[in-house]
Amino acid sequence: MAPTAPSPVQLDEPTSDTFVEEERPWVVIVWNDPINLMSYVTFVLQKLFGYSKEKATKLMLDVHHKGKAVVSNGPREKAEIDVFRLHEHGLWATMQQDD
Amino acid sequence: MFRNPRIVRRTRAGIELHLGADQRRLVGELIGELRQLLETDDPGLRRLFPTAYPDDPERDAAYQILARSELVDRRQASLDLVTRSLDAEVLQPDEAEAWMNAVNQVRLVLGTRLDVGEDDEVYDPDAPDAMARAVYFFLGVLLEHFVEAL
Repeated sequence: MAPTAPSPVQLDEPTSDTFVEEERPWVVIVWNDPINLMSYVTFVLQKLFGYSKEKATKLMLDVHHKGKAVVSNGPREKAEIDVFRLHEHGLWATMQQDD
Repeated sequence: MFRNPRIVRRTRAGIELHLGADQRRLVGELIGELRQLLETDDPGLRRLFPTAYPDDPERDAAYQILARSELVDRRQASLDLVTRSLDAEVLQPDEAEAWMNAVNQVRLVLGTRLDVGEDDEVYDPDAPDAMARAVYFFLGVLLEHFVEAL
């Protein structure tokens, strides 16, 4: 899915700008939508991220009441895989760099 | 909500699916329609292929190129597994997950077309889209029962 990371020997020395850009962590956000069932959203968060029922339920309720919730974070490649898996399961997920 | 008899039950043999022949036929038809629809760019599919990078159109375009065909393949694989287990009384875990995935796919397309909102709880049998809403409601109950059983 996500492009393969270049091996260290091939990696160009990053300029300071791109270094800062890439180092800032990415957050994966699930947005509220009127179609997905609350129980199904909780189920998917448990299944994909191994969250406890409590944690997954809390995130689902944040999505439902606040409109969105950060469900995972990390480097861009990892965040993109998380977004893909959420899309595969029909959830409305996006990613952005943490402010 | 009123109590429904359990459609999905977890037993030692596997996941029992208590659906009648008409309901299975309906699921089969919906899945056949979705299988064909997935090969198109129908606007009803919007929720199946969401934007990943809302702040970065360039990166999103790259994501869509990589993700779209992979998502279509995985969605088709789920639909195929449901088709193969359409008449099964007991599902294996991978089949049950495929059923959930497929039922949710159909709900996303149907819900997009019906433009359902958060407060659409009241069912009006005289509405012009009453049949589609009844199907949407049925799929919601079916999915809910899968979640509860798994």
